[in-house]
Amino acid sequence: MFRQFLKLEWKQYFRSSYWQKGLALKIIMGFFALYMMASFLVLGIGSFFIIKKLMPDADPLQVVNSYLLFAITADLIFRYMMQKLPIMNIKPLLILPIKKSKQIHYVLTKSVFSPFNFFSLFFYIPFAIVLMNQGYDILGAFGWLICMLLIIQCANFLNFIINKSNTAFWTLATILAASSTLQYFEVFDSKALSQSVFDTVYANPIFAVIPTVLLIVFYMINYKMLSNQLYLDDAVKVKVKTANTADLSWANRFGEMAPFIKNEIRLIWRNKRTKTVFLMSFLFVLYGLIFFTQKTYQDMPGILIFASLFVTGGFVLNYGQFIPAWESAYYKMLMSQNISYRKYLESKWFLMSIMTTALFVLATPYIYFGLDIYLMIVVGAIFNVGFNTLVLLYAGSFNRKQIDLNASGFGNTQGASAKQFIIILPVMGFPVAVFYAFSLPLGFNAGLIAIAAIGVLGLVTKNYFMNIIAKKYIKDKYAAIHAFNQKG
Amino acid sequence: MIQSNNITKKYGTTEVLHIEELTIPKGQSFGLVGNNGAGKTTFFNILLDLIRPTTGQISNHDVVVNQSESWKSFTGSFIDETFLIGYLTPEEYFEFIGDLRGMNKADVKSFLTKFEEFFNGEILGKKKYLRDLSKGNQKKAGIAAALMGNPQVVILDEPFANLDPTTQIRLKKTLKELTENKEVTVLVSSHDLSHVTEVCERIVVLDKGHVVKDIETSEETLKELESYFSV
Repeated sequence: MFRQFLKLEWKQYFRSSYWQKGLALKIIMGFFALYMMASFLVLGIGSFFIIKKLMPDADPLQVVNSYLLFAITADLIFRYMMQKLPIMNIKPLLILPIKKSKQIHYVLTKSVFSPFNFFSLFFYIPFAIVLMNQGYDILGAFGWLICMLLIIQCANFLNFIINKSNTAFWTLATILAASSTLQYFEVFDSKALSQSVFDTVYANPIFAVIPTVLLIVFYMINYKMLSNQLYLDDAVKVKVKTANTADLSWANRFGEMAPFIKNEIRLIWRNKRTKTVFLMSFLFVLYGLIFFTQKTYQDMPGILIFASLFVTGGFVLNYGQFIPAWESAYYKMLMSQNISYRKYLESKWFLMSIMTTALFVLATPYIYFGLDIYLMIVVGAIFNVGFNTLVLLYAGSFNRKQIDLNASGFGNTQGASAKQFIIILPVMGFPVAVFYAFSLPLGFNAGLIAIAAIGVLGLVTKNYFMNIIAKKYIKDKYAAIHAFNQKG
Repeated sequence: MIQSNNITKKYGTTEVLHIEELTIPKGQSFGLVGNNGAGKTTFFNILLDLIRPTTGQISNHDVVVNQSESWKSFTGSFIDETFLIGYLTPEEYFEFIGDLRGMNKADVKSFLTKFEEFFNGEILGKKKYLRDLSKGNQKKAGIAAALMGNPQVVILDEPFANLDPTTQIRLKKTLKELTENKEVTVLVSSHDLSHVTEVCERIVVLDKGHVVKDIETSEETLKELESYFSV
């Protein structure tokens, strides 16, 4: 039986739609994964020496130990939000002659190998090896490492137990917030507590038995809970969200565009992926902080322009890129309706402009970094509204990849193709090039004015270009419908 | 024999199923009809221990379904496509189920040859995963899998929906053959009155969770049912 399950796992993994992507995308994602792993590894190996350098008097192990309780609580909160038991996988097995106990052990064992349990290994394992190399007690460091591995697994199983309760989440969040605050005001020293706990483990590796016992207990609790919940109207239930029908009648004032705008708002708010894009665009506002606060970038206006475009462009870039693929599932239906292409596209343009304006308002505090920075953000916003919206709408007519709106949002690259990388050139590279073309001979302000001028030009000639874009969409309609019908 | 005693299912205060007593003797071909929300699938789900009844219990060949799992070895069922393993090819899926039902590769192969006609060349050897098959073809695969390993009880929820007319006729033939010797109990649910009357010797009509008719099929049954539903 175990062999059967293993075979299923293997097939599920290698046949997931994840692998059915274009080769270029696979290579890029592969590099990204390698890069992430390498950085974690470097951090794991390096942290010992970094701590040593920053705090020459402290013992790096003790420093790390003093933060471990916080790390574990934070890990639990993170898991609470992101990690779910892959219970739906066993639905097809329910009606087969496989004992329920086996099915439960299978799901629980599977969760041991969840990616959530591997992130921190990249830190703990190299760190422990460095400890052993640096003359720490081998047995102690080994016990410490084993203890950490077991605690990760405990967190894994504890999460599934508390996962359904909101109280558990808020308790954890409160503990973390309270202990951090009390630590800050030196009322209660949780760092010392944390340090003493894990120092003890290092001194007496035998204490690694405690998490072992905990792990067994948590596993048993999970097992008990699941054996009572393995029903279609309980744990193995497809969650159906109650439809929330917000009143969007205020959008009626937009006349012919109103139905599209209303639909667009519902599209964004009711689907995971679009919602992520929407919320991410607010995070992009903070992007400037990385660049504007660093001295290194102050003499590189090109980079700063780049950052300014991102500050207000989060929505235009992330959402606009995939127009009209967001609607691929029902594009056929749209095309069979009596709609005006101009109005359809206009509503998307309108939405992108409104969002850029909203993000621009949110970006107002950047004035703090000086007038030059703020002006960059102003021209960035003008450029995003005037030029980038049109370019992205036009580029959208080349979108030929279907998007499954129900798939998760984070790090999802479905619908992406080489086009998405090429599009960076006109929307991000072009303004920077324009800036240098004018600022090098004529000065900083001339560069900014040139970018703004292009944006304004786009706004003025919008109608002309929208007509061209609409014609392009009509021309490509059949190809798009055909492509959106292809799954995967 | 399937015996159901005082089965009810409530979600909150809404009662979706209430069947006081229902006995299906061994070898009977049993049809369950009713409009949407009548409780057909709920009844099958309880019978397969996929959901728990609020009260009462069902036993399948003297095994109380939510107390022991031994009924699984002689019960084959197909509810809907979500019970297929989408990332397997049909061949692999049959092999997997065959394994669980104690069939070796040769058994599975000879079993599948009987279904060549039923599959109409659209299931096997297509190099496609189950998730990429059409709904009708997924259903064909699921129904065939439910019949693997000589089950004593076969439960099919809406087996005729999404099937093309030829396959519907072939399925009816297969189901009739199954119950010929009065060995295998077959339970099907359907919206289609004519299919059910053709296949089943007994038809139970559910309405809002209650049994409103329990008919032994005869010449007049179809008319009776049609007049009942044409309100």
